[in-house]
Amino acid sequence: MPEVAELHRPTTRDEAWRYADSDFIASAEIALLNDWRTITVPAGETVCEVKTHLSDDGASGMIDRLRVHVGAGGRFEAFAILGGGNYQRVEIEVTLEEGAHFEFGGVTVGGETKRQEFVTRTIHAHPNATSNQIVRAVHWGRATGNYLGRIEVARDAQKTDAAQNFRAILLERGASANAKPELEIFADDVLCAHGAAIGQLDEQAAYYMAARGIPPQLARKLLVQAFIGDAFVALDDQSAREMMVERALDQLAGATL
Amino acid sequence: MLKIENLHTEIDGKAILKGLSLEVRPGEIHAIMGPNGAGKSTLSYALGGRPNYDVTQGSVTFNGADLLELEPHERAAAGLFLGFQYPVEIPGVSNVQFLREALNAQRAARGEEPLSGGEFLKLAKEKAALLKLDMEMLKRQVNVGFSGGEKKRAEMVQMGILDPKFAVLDETDSGLDIDALRVVGEGINTIMRAPDKGVLLITHYQRLLDVVKPDRVSILANGRIVQTGGPELALRLEEEGYDAVMAAEAAHA
Ligand SMILES: Nc1ncnc2c1ncn2[C@@H]1O[C@H](COP(=O)(O)OP(=O)(O)O)[C@@H](O)[C@H]1O
Ligand SMILES: [Mg+2]
Repeated sequence: MPEVAELHRPTTRDEAWRYADSDFIASAEIALLNDWRTITVPAGETVCEVKTHLSDDGASGMIDRLRVHVGAGGRFEAFAILGGGNYQRVEIEVTLEEGAHFEFGGVTVGGETKRQEFVTRTIHAHPNATSNQIVRAVHWGRATGNYLGRIEVARDAQKTDAAQNFRAILLERGASANAKPELEIFADDVLCAHGAAIGQLDEQAAYYMAARGIPPQLARKLLVQAFIGDAFVALDDQSAREMMVERALDQLAGATL
Repeated sequence: MLKIENLHTEIDGKAILKGLSLEVRPGEIHAIMGPNGAGKSTLSYALGGRPNYDVTQGSVTFNGADLLELEPHERAAAGLFLGFQYPVEIPGVSNVQFLREALNAQRAARGEEPLSGGEFLKLAKEKAALLKLDMEMLKRQVNVGFSGGEKKRAEMVQMGILDPKFAVLDETDSGLDIDALRVVGEGINTIMRAPDKGVLLITHYQRLLDVVKPDRVSILANGRIVQTGGPELALRLEEEGYDAVMAAEAAHA
């Protein structure tokens, strides 16, 4: 596992921080910026982490960095919502042993000048490991949602299957989204699929709903619900899944469109 | 019950409807036929309040109210149903969820109590059976992966569930085979043939009109109604074509 040799203050010139809030990283406590939680998933076991960081957290900024090691045949799942703060960053670095799996579902949702980002680094260190990441972003005002997904496939990590998918809906002009997939592949028998799309709410679907009597506010909610649902389909626990969709939708209440 | 007077519309500044007038009385089914590009779909969207289909002149009165003043969802709650020529797919939203939200939104707008989940499913099952659509289809995402014919039948199930006062049906018969056409046609009769209801039935084909027998038939060409008659007008169109019938009319005038 890589070690942090000395405390480092990142700047937006660092690849993994290029979309970060420069004021926040310039002024945050250096210890916070270098703090990592760690999780070790024993071989063959599953660990699932479900987290929400919502607007009522009140904080001006939040960084959660997590380093995970997944033993052979193990499985690490993380599902997260970023809905608040002025700057929010969830960073996950996962190292996968043989046949291990990493599943990630994330939603950023916010308005005003919020800046919310998921940064993942998935290290396929051994053969036959798989990873699947789905990130959905919904923004309005002048807010930004980012997803930086780095995939590293080691020389002998044959049969790696790594997928990333990012889609953003911008409800208003002025909001933005950034996707940056980064692949570093040293094996040859590897599947790496990634897709990214940034668009507006589906106007045709919204009109179809209106034509059936659904008011604009509700139509938007139903469409956003369907959109963010993708990020949590892999969450097996139904009540947790419903809770996540609901929490994310609650954030929409702040959108006055 | 629906009175359209001198309707003009523009799309991106281009005039499409150019002074269209038409009246449909309660209990009437009025067929609209006309060449491609005449403005038939534009008429249905203008009635439905679709964005960008700008009405620049004229009026539409629906049961005494100014239809053009209402938002699209308010028109639906007032009892207007639009059958789409190309029904829209809504990934991630099931037909059941979509229609229950729609029905309860309409009921709320009319000051009626919402239907419970159980009541709604019972209603949905009944209407799906009427249109011979497998109830399982209604649990799937709205129109996603539906064939052309399934989309049209699903639209008629929607109409059955929402039970509108007035339906504008835009080429509901396109994409249907002979058997499905009969099922859909009979569905339209069952749902909409009533003394207090009305239908504008946009179609190219007599075969639908053999099942849903229209009271009046109008030809829409170049953004206007150019001729109105009884059911025999549709038969003449089928035999002679638009050009011949319209030329004969012009010679008369
Ligand atoms: N969204 C649109 N943008 C630009 N032009 C359109 C649009 N929809 C329809 N039109 C034009 O309006 C005219 C009438 O079209 P339409 O109402 O679809 O005819 P019909 O349904 O009778 O075939 C056509 O010339 C068509 O090209
Ligand atoms: Mg048309």
